[in-house]
Amino acid sequence: MGTPVSSIEVLANQEYKWGFHSDIEADSIPPGLNEEIIRLISAKKNEPEFMLEWRLKAYRQWLTMKEPTWANVHYPPIDYQGIVYYSAPKKKSGPKSLDEVDPELLRTYEKLGIPLQERELLAGVAVDAVFDSVSVATTFKEKLGKLGIIFCSFSEAVQNHPDLVRKYLGSVVPYTDNFFATLNSAVFSDGSFCYVPKGVRCPMELSTYFRINAMNTGQFERTLIVADEGAYVSYLEGCTAPMRDTNQLHAAVVELVALDDAQIKYSTVQNWYPGDKQGKGGIYNFVTKRGKCLGVNSKISWTQVETGSAITWKYPSCILMGDNSVGEFYSVALTNNYQQADTGTKMIHIGKNTRSTIVSKGISAGHGQNTYRGMVKILKSAAGARNYSQCDSLLMGDKCGAHTFPYLEVKNTSSQVEHEASTSKIGEDQIFYCRQRGLSTEDAVSMIVHGFCKEVFRELPMEFAVEAQKLLGVSLEGSVG
Amino acid sequence: MLEIINLHATVAGKEILRGIDLTVKAGEVHAIMGPNGSGKSTLAQVLAGRDLYAVTAGEVRYEGQDLLAMKPEDRARQGVFVAFQYPVEIPGVSNMYFLRAALNAVRKNRGMDELDAMDFMTLVKDKIKSMEMDEALMSRPVNTGFSGGEKKRNEIFQMSVLEPKLAILDETDSGLDIDALKIVASGVNAQRSPLRAMIVITHYQRLLTYIVPDFVHVLAEGRIVRSGGKALALELERTGYAALEAEAAEPARV
Repeated sequence: MGTPVSSIEVLANQEYKWGFHSDIEADSIPPGLNEEIIRLISAKKNEPEFMLEWRLKAYRQWLTMKEPTWANVHYPPIDYQGIVYYSAPKKKSGPKSLDEVDPELLRTYEKLGIPLQERELLAGVAVDAVFDSVSVATTFKEKLGKLGIIFCSFSEAVQNHPDLVRKYLGSVVPYTDNFFATLNSAVFSDGSFCYVPKGVRCPMELSTYFRINAMNTGQFERTLIVADEGAYVSYLEGCTAPMRDTNQLHAAVVELVALDDAQIKYSTVQNWYPGDKQGKGGIYNFVTKRGKCLGVNSKISWTQVETGSAITWKYPSCILMGDNSVGEFYSVALTNNYQQADTGTKMIHIGKNTRSTIVSKGISAGHGQNTYRGMVKILKSAAGARNYSQCDSLLMGDKCGAHTFPYLEVKNTSSQVEHEASTSKIGEDQIFYCRQRGLSTEDAVSMIVHGFCKEVFRELPMEFAVEAQKLLGVSLEGSVG
Repeated sequence: MLEIINLHATVAGKEILRGIDLTVKAGEVHAIMGPNGSGKSTLAQVLAGRDLYAVTAGEVRYEGQDLLAMKPEDRARQGVFVAFQYPVEIPGVSNMYFLRAALNAVRKNRGMDELDAMDFMTLVKDKIKSMEMDEALMSRPVNTGFSGGEKKRNEIFQMSVLEPKLAILDETDSGLDIDALKIVASGVNAQRSPLRAMIVITHYQRLLTYIVPDFVHVLAEGRIVRSGGKALALELERTGYAALEAEAAEPARV
């Protein structure tokens, strides 16, 4: 009798489809990290004195810190002196329209299925594209400008809106926060900045596509989004990276600030190169994302679909300071082959009647290891606070793992905390049942996985939900039916 | 429509089917009876294409094609339907979404247009009623939290929507009380047609009171040991399977 090959294993062995590398001349500085390098980065970006000082303080702090080891992920030591901390595509003169953008760069976006022109015309999305470390194309800026919305690269914000940057930079993730965030504070090269003024509802989804490209370039983005009183903004972040053999460090920081009655919705679809089937190569994604509901009745909502990276270390969190403020976290994390993900959230309840919701879906296939780590902390001041957490794990095959570490810290008797968790397995029985009804194995797996993730996909903006399903499909199989 | 010739199959190296011969024509209803472990469900699974079972000899022709060479989904798309003994639960996937995807896979194969959600609902509304199913079951996840009876009814309901050419009902009566059995049986009878063949696998004669077969075959030790008309089922009800199992020790002639 022949041994039937498990259909799940066949699917789990599909190759990364977005692997390519584009040849664009890059302007890099020598590898390594010291005060000189930081001064050089700051000088190249023509930064005001306060920025340089902030970077240097962060660097000095970083020298005293140790890389964290508590996460359930394993990787060889990173040589921080071997990393190039600044790399920008060489520009002849700054492109003012898409016509002036390097055609090779535009082709790269096209391969990813996100041609800027099309986005601009069809989807009505303003894209601030971060290619390596410098923004090369910004669209819809004028339209947003009329509403008083500032949406630009971080470098531009430093030049044109230094007061706003100075006021909010580090106000949610201080430069002393953690090893990776502190490193980012010292060396970050660019990112996105958004400010929505009082009472303005941003009329379109703001979106940024990230890409890691130049050889051995650690990418250190910094994103800062501020929604002033009564403002609303929905921000999308999505990325895929080209095939690469050496591990690449990515240590981004995202800070969100919501003032009274403001709402920020931050959605991510992440598909960085996860490494090959043996787990070689791939991106190390060590990211600090945190939002502060500073004002009363404010709301911050994180939605993430994580399918890429060799290692993901990421805990988008909410600090609920304002009374009646709301924090949400919806997450799908998929690990395949030798991918490792340690992800989750922190909800810190400080204000009265603050509420938070956590829905986490972990999918493990191949040898993937998926860890949910979440903390719900309810302080004494947070009378009437409520939290609901739900963590579900789906296993495909028998070589993967799912781990759940929920921490609850409740210092208040008037609060309510609920936690639910489940683990299930995609069985050959389920797949066969679908096939007997005429569905292909791929369609069956995709249907089962989508069913599992439905509660999270529902939270994504429509067009992003489609992309998320596509990426999830690609990560598990050839196509989604 | 279906011709099974000298079919042998093993699971985990153990031979379960030891030379099955069976011919089923369009419009016929064949009952396959037999004691536990005789190979009834294995036969259904092999015809459906489950890869846990290895076919070691013999062949199966379906509408002139080599059925065993076809993938399970291709068999389904070409009109082979199995109502499972233990229908599987699929959490998070609505019954309606699932069945529409299945129907569209079948329709695509027949060169028909795919149905959108609205057209689909119109199509299935009456069929839900005739199975006396709660419409709310359509928006619930596939078989999840269904009672045993609801699951079986759901299988026959799916069959009525997919309109197969060859339907194989694997112990559809097991776990049903008499009222549910009658509903399921009338659902099956409503689908009898000169163009459709059915293989009804059951342990008990009871089901065959409601679904009256044209032919009855008795399976024992992986072979068909007796074939006859509907009277054979009644005879078995009186005599039991024991006598036949003794016969099975001898090579059978059918």
